[in-house]
Amino acid sequence: MIELKSQVPDGPLAEKWTNHKAHIKVVSPANKKKLDIIVIGTGLGGASAAATLGELGYNVKIFCISDSPRRAHSIAAQGGINAAKNYQNDNDSIYRLFYDTIKGGDYRSREANVYRLAEVSNNIIDQCVAQGVPFARDYGGLLDNRSFGGAQVSRTFYARGQTGQQLLLGAYAALNRQVAKGKVQSFPRHEMLDLVVINGEAKGIIARDLTTGEIKRFGAHAVVLATGGYGNTYFLSTNAMNSNGSAAMQCYRKGACFANPCFAQIHPTCIPVHGDQQSKLTLMSESLRNDGRIWVPKKLEDVEAIRKGTKKPSDIAEEDRDYYLERRYPAFGNLVPRDVASRAAKERCDAGYGVNEQGLAVFLDFKTCMEQKGRAYIEEKYGNLFQMYEEINDVDPYKEPMMIFPAIHYTMGGLWVDYNLQTTIPGLYAIGEANFSDHGGNRLGASALMQGLADGYFILPYTIGDYLAKKIQEPKVDTNAPEFAEAEKAVKEKIDKLFSIKGKRTVDSIHKELGLIMWNNVGMARNEAGLKKAIEEIRALKKEFWTNVFVDGENSHFNQELEKALRVADFLEIGELMAIDALNRKESCGGHFREEMQTEDGETKRDDKNFMYVAAWEYKGEDKDPELHKEPLEFKYCTVATRNYKD
Amino acid sequence: MKFTLKIWRQKNAKAKGHFETYDIDGISPDTSFLEMLDILNEKLVNADIDPVSFSKGCKSAEGPVSFDHDCREGICGACSLYINGRAHGPESGVTTCQMYMRKFKDGSTITIEPWRNNGFPIIKDLVVDRRAYDKILQAGGFINVNTGGVPDANVIPVNKDNAEESMDAAACIGCGACAATCKNGSAMLFVAARVSSLALLPQGKVEGARRAKAMVAKMDELGFGACTNTRACEMECPKKISVSHIARLNREFLKAKFKD
Repeated sequence: MIELKSQVPDGPLAEKWTNHKAHIKVVSPANKKKLDIIVIGTGLGGASAAATLGELGYNVKIFCISDSPRRAHSIAAQGGINAAKNYQNDNDSIYRLFYDTIKGGDYRSREANVYRLAEVSNNIIDQCVAQGVPFARDYGGLLDNRSFGGAQVSRTFYARGQTGQQLLLGAYAALNRQVAKGKVQSFPRHEMLDLVVINGEAKGIIARDLTTGEIKRFGAHAVVLATGGYGNTYFLSTNAMNSNGSAAMQCYRKGACFANPCFAQIHPTCIPVHGDQQSKLTLMSESLRNDGRIWVPKKLEDVEAIRKGTKKPSDIAEEDRDYYLERRYPAFGNLVPRDVASRAAKERCDAGYGVNEQGLAVFLDFKTCMEQKGRAYIEEKYGNLFQMYEEINDVDPYKEPMMIFPAIHYTMGGLWVDYNLQTTIPGLYAIGEANFSDHGGNRLGASALMQGLADGYFILPYTIGDYLAKKIQEPKVDTNAPEFAEAEKAVKEKIDKLFSIKGKRTVDSIHKELGLIMWNNVGMARNEAGLKKAIEEIRALKKEFWTNVFVDGENSHFNQELEKALRVADFLEIGELMAIDALNRKESCGGHFREEMQTEDGETKRDDKNFMYVAAWEYKGEDKDPELHKEPLEFKYCTVATRNYKD
Repeated sequence: MKFTLKIWRQKNAKAKGHFETYDIDGISPDTSFLEMLDILNEKLVNADIDPVSFSKGCKSAEGPVSFDHDCREGICGACSLYINGRAHGPESGVTTCQMYMRKFKDGSTITIEPWRNNGFPIIKDLVVDRRAYDKILQAGGFINVNTGGVPDANVIPVNKDNAEESMDAAACIGCGACAATCKNGSAMLFVAARVSSLALLPQGKVEGARRAKAMVAKMDELGFGACTNTRACEMECPKKISVSHIARLNREFLKAKFKD
């Protein structure tokens, strides 16, 4: 029987982390040398954790599926990273960042975790500057900021439109330094295929060497999962092609609870889908909403004319444009949180005002900004994004507005963790997007980078010591233990099974079908009938996969078809779990919009009485329904209110 | 649109490679280059599922074509490919994944090869091993600073122009186009981008000379060639990184030599 113990320390909110750090155990340098830690994933969370743990003296092994740790998908984050520095003197503070994040998450995240996140945010900026991250600066030589959705202050630090890249290169450099010192061993092109649990504790992994196909065993005193989110369940998303949720699902099947799987973020400013040959959606940074204005025509005849190409968007007069975010949310305007902006775009498109051929696009316009601040300003701030847009669409966004539409971007749900970032399996930790803890029902822009680095640099390296202090007498993990042999055998059998099916369907065709079921029923709007249908369809598709898939090639060499097949097998499980969770949560909150639960003007309607909890799902076996555990959420330091971005 | 594709096929590092020709049809001009390869691969897998009725021009003796890719937004640096004799294809300033089929002539033949450099051995087909770049950075591409115990971010002002130029160099995505293009197989632009980016900041300047020396030595050790200033690397860099950073690398390198 799993019991969810959040381990949130007592005491006033602002003192919890300081007190906790003072009371948890530490491991002496002599003992750290004897302890091994495995880190899976090399994004901001994984790279920063591995580097810091290496500096502390632990023996770290780090794994990634790409050819280099620097390819992890954190690299693609564009806009920025939040911190409560108050360098702009606009009355920002740790409390305000905490409050904005709790409110942005629609009161479904854990207060103590979010406060700690805001608290360490300032250390992150200091750390990155010391590493040589070239953040944007003003002429005086000090750091510059910009604004992001869901905030009324300027607290976002940035490096052009490549903030994620620069932060990751900083963490990767710190990692490289430890590799050179021999404290971290790096295993690129290695994919975790199972977690090994001995006497209820995480003790290692089974991994496949993607170059040779060899199945290998690795043991450690603790395992840290930093493998990102599961947005690619939808096939089309802004995630990188190889991002996947398989490692998290392996842990789930071994006993780690999966929390709030239905909370997926749909980003409002992505390039619309253009046809059925597409494999990937491209994000246009939220920072564009600092200066861009979102609109559709007021008149349906203008919509028609734009679709037919008889009118250009720039031909539409100012009074005939409906700047619907400014109209509906005067206080935040174009900078409302992502879930609100996405739903508002859907509302206009559902009403028939979508501006591309499919009727699934709205405009993001820089006309006002061009007039007020000039082209040079836009070039400096967003030059690379404008260039990227033009490459993809063959339209010059300096002349005509961009066309955008919401797309799957991030998943707030993930492995359930306590205050120490430990999952329900002792010795298994989850950090960054892979856990659920900080963003509730909706993540604010520029907060993913903040969380990845907060967890990796400043939180996990302390909290993991509290667990490892109890392991200093334990010898190195013996990978000849029967649990390793058993896990390895299961992995090999799974691979053999996949090759033996020799069916008629390609892996991608099944993934695309799953993506459509998910987008249509577990996407921007969800309802009971649709979710029930989705669960049935996914179960049928799962059967189809395991009886009719075709996996080309063989195991003994580099084989991208096999890699995809193993991941799609897990996406099918995640999709089902997401639908089950969405069906259970009969309320609307954050990115989870249940059509049955909305206000008169179409806003989300929470049900705090019945759903103010984290839904943590426990795996009960193949073809069995998972068991729901509830972690009640308490808000002592901020008033729970209906989110209001209007005034 | 339709195309004839001549693609390098090679089973593994030791096997002998060869070109294979495939015909592909029904490609939308808005399809990206890598999506076009996805479509080809879907056809090749289908040909393996049902060899009798496979479509003309898409025989699959070797299964789908392996190629590296990930973000498909031009930032992760995973994609590579020599397309019609040029790294990242005919267009300047973009990666392979950011190229769209509208840039190619309908009905033309497109030749696709992996990176060519002794430092990047082939793993399979178009996939190469670029761990050498990690090793060069491990030799010194960092600032020696531990987590924690650092000063407030605004304590040391940084000249805006220097910060901008540092960012220009830091835009390097580590794709390997520079070394694959260079007739000497030199990784100089890659090394220079990192050395220069850090040397331009007060935080990185402290150990600038030491860093330059260590990274150049590692590059030489790993079998990359020397720089003879042909500037081909700059031409083919998808992030348009300037060779002026090589000049800064040389200055740092000389400083180190004088100290010796």
